[in-house]
Amino acid sequence: MEKFYQLWKKFGKNFEQGGKLEKLSSFYDAFDTFLFTPTTTAKKVGAQIHDGSDSKRTMIIVVLALIPCLLFGMFNVGYQHLLATGQLAEGLTCCLWWKALGFGALAIIPFYLVSYIVGLGIEFIVAQIKHEEVAEGYLVTGFILPLILPINTPLWQVAIATAFAVIFAKEVFGGTGYNIFNVALIARAFLFFAYPNSMTGDSCFVRLGSTWGWDGGAAVDGWTGATTLTQLSTGAVTESASFWETVNGLMPGCVGETCVWAILLGAILLLATGVASWKVMVSILATAGITAALFNAFGSDSAIAQYPWYMQLVSGGLLFGAVFMATDPVTGARTECGKWIYGALIGFIVILVRVLNPGYPEGMMLAILLGNAFAPLIDWCVVRKNINKRLKRA
Amino acid sequence: MQQIILKRGLDIPMDGKAELALGSVNRPEVFKIVPDHFAGITPKLDVKVGDKVKAGSPLFHDKTFEAMLFTSPVSGTVQEIVRGDRRKILSINILADAKIEYAKFDVKKADTAEGVKTLLLESGLWPLIMQRPYACIALPNKEPQAIFISTFCSGPLAPDYEWVLKGQGAILQAAVTALSKIATVYVGIKAGAVAPEFRGLKDCILYEVAGAHPAGNPSVQINNIRPMRQGETIWTIGIQNLALIGRLFAKGIVDMQKKVALAGPMAYGRQYYNVLPGMPVSAVLESNYHKEVPCRFIAGNALDGHQVMLDDMMSIYTNLYTVIGEGTDVHEFMGWMFPRFNAFHFGQTDPAKMIVDNCFMKWLFGERKYQWDARLKGGRRAIIVSGEYDKVLPMDIYPEQLIKAMIALNLDKMIELGANEVAPEDFALCEYVCTSKMPLQAIVRQALDTMRKEIE
Repeated sequence: MEKFYQLWKKFGKNFEQGGKLEKLSSFYDAFDTFLFTPTTTAKKVGAQIHDGSDSKRTMIIVVLALIPCLLFGMFNVGYQHLLATGQLAEGLTCCLWWKALGFGALAIIPFYLVSYIVGLGIEFIVAQIKHEEVAEGYLVTGFILPLILPINTPLWQVAIATAFAVIFAKEVFGGTGYNIFNVALIARAFLFFAYPNSMTGDSCFVRLGSTWGWDGGAAVDGWTGATTLTQLSTGAVTESASFWETVNGLMPGCVGETCVWAILLGAILLLATGVASWKVMVSILATAGITAALFNAFGSDSAIAQYPWYMQLVSGGLLFGAVFMATDPVTGARTECGKWIYGALIGFIVILVRVLNPGYPEGMMLAILLGNAFAPLIDWCVVRKNINKRLKRA
Repeated sequence: MQQIILKRGLDIPMDGKAELALGSVNRPEVFKIVPDHFAGITPKLDVKVGDKVKAGSPLFHDKTFEAMLFTSPVSGTVQEIVRGDRRKILSINILADAKIEYAKFDVKKADTAEGVKTLLLESGLWPLIMQRPYACIALPNKEPQAIFISTFCSGPLAPDYEWVLKGQGAILQAAVTALSKIATVYVGIKAGAVAPEFRGLKDCILYEVAGAHPAGNPSVQINNIRPMRQGETIWTIGIQNLALIGRLFAKGIVDMQKKVALAGPMAYGRQYYNVLPGMPVSAVLESNYHKEVPCRFIAGNALDGHQVMLDDMMSIYTNLYTVIGEGTDVHEFMGWMFPRFNAFHFGQTDPAKMIVDNCFMKWLFGERKYQWDARLKGGRRAIIVSGEYDKVLPMDIYPEQLIKAMIALNLDKMIELGANEVAPEDFALCEYVCTSKMPLQAIVRQALDTMRKEIE
């Protein structure tokens, strides 16, 4: 390892100021800090020792937590394809199981390529211009983005949305740590409003056609690719999934959001490591549950208002958003008390959007973005209380 | 006795505490007094080369507060005045006598608050008194509303002051009695400490503090015992510095001799040494550290101390020297991803911590030994993770918001958020745990200095 270290550092000389590859120094830096823990030592004044955890370690935990969702998502994309094209008439054999996974992987990997090439590319360029290290924030953003998109979103749209979000939702504010809105959700919102046909409707969540020319097909009779929430909000309920079907998640939806088990696995990792705030998660779920229960009891007779509160919690992107997106520390409330309020606001809004706005069957994206917008105000109020207490001492 | 129990905080499990024994130090011939050790003052010389001085005779004074004298720790002859750029005084070199001759101070005059203050200013021990706000040397034109003395330090490898000050109860009492003429004196004792030197103190309010570091920090104790009000000034004095003041009031002399501890994983001869300010740091450290690896010498503890070199001079404020590895020789492959069995993690993001530190494994393998070095172990980022600082700062303050106001140098906001109540050392643990590796103590120092310049 020491030999490799010396070689790598020698190679790094090319990227120093005045070196041949000076223009790519941020690129080298990113890989350098990725490969070897930086040997930068403490300044003369200030803490002389530092904790072992850094921003990279924190971010990788989130990525690890997302992996169950990704794996299940891959399988589900393939499974829905097989189901829609009638290949599962004789049940799910071992061979078909692998086919489902393979089909899903082929469908999803290009999303990742686009997301990382476009997003990280912009990050590298900006880091080079600002002479800073490349921040790790996009590792998570880029990993989440494909998971919150319908599988039929055209890749060029993903590229545009990624570029838009990284530049206008992050870099213009100063980069990772300074953004006001969750970058992945801004990308999704961009797609949602710029290309609504790709993001909503009955046909976007299940790939019927082929992937890279492999295994095309046509829908069998009577099949619908609409999610339960879409069916409920349009009132065209053909068949409503049961609680356990929804929890298991073998149903149409955005890639990573359908399986409650996979999300829970991720949540356990995030909570055990303390990377995400349990307060935000609990607050969102409790408030959403209560709000939905109130609609159940006192709401109108519409199908979505009468959709049981426990079903509301497990369907759509609510749980995925609550676990992975609302808990983003940069865009959420930063005070401990504020986290409760922030979660409550999101939990309330998401059900409100679902039930009262027939145009938007799912409200999690909008609820979190609204929560992001209000987070600084919530913190301001919480901190104000502390300030007033201090003033009262006089 | 009032008791406070602090729930937030963190004790750094560092090896290499100083043994309770006294080592000998070679006394140098020449003592070099460095005005830069006294932050926030502008020195004006009171001596010239060739002058004879006694221990306690003034060497220089502050430009703003002319009554504030800085005195010699030894008797002898002024040999040289070393100046740097723009004639800045770098050090005053004194060729020391073989036997220290002390200047005599008339303690009897110090029976009023004014008398005590005058004596402290004349004797050169005033600079040992720190104040909040600004965490600087107490400003003589401000009346303190309280004086806080913490009898213990809770930082990593902290000296054992119960041992250091054994039998010096009368001296400490002399100081407390004198200071109590100026304002109410509060003395914080570590829960469980038995030393009669501390517990028996009179003319003051005693309280007990339980909890992890930073329980020993005066700001933390002030915030929990007697929160500061707007416009107040509170003095703080370290316990060993209090003993120096006590010697003045008990014996009428300025005896700056101190016991400093040498500690740290990379130090040999980990024990206590009697030293005087103006000695080179090497007097204690030379031949007492691991020379086979790059080492870092720290005046103070590893959290809120600062790096010193062997040829630097000892300051009157230092009670501890810590030696740790520099860490430049450690090339850790993908350290951000792999478990680290020999590195301490405050959070739960290290799998090694999750796996090894659960009860069963602890029982099997015993407590883990951690390696410490000066590496940041990560790159500098914007503040990302929330709520990290709160976990290690047991004060009624929003540290992150305060730091942001300080970065922006927004004075009004800073003061609203409690900048008056803090010192850089209070943010040492926050700086340690920060995953974004923010230089918090430097930020606080700069903000407090700016605040003082703008307001005073």
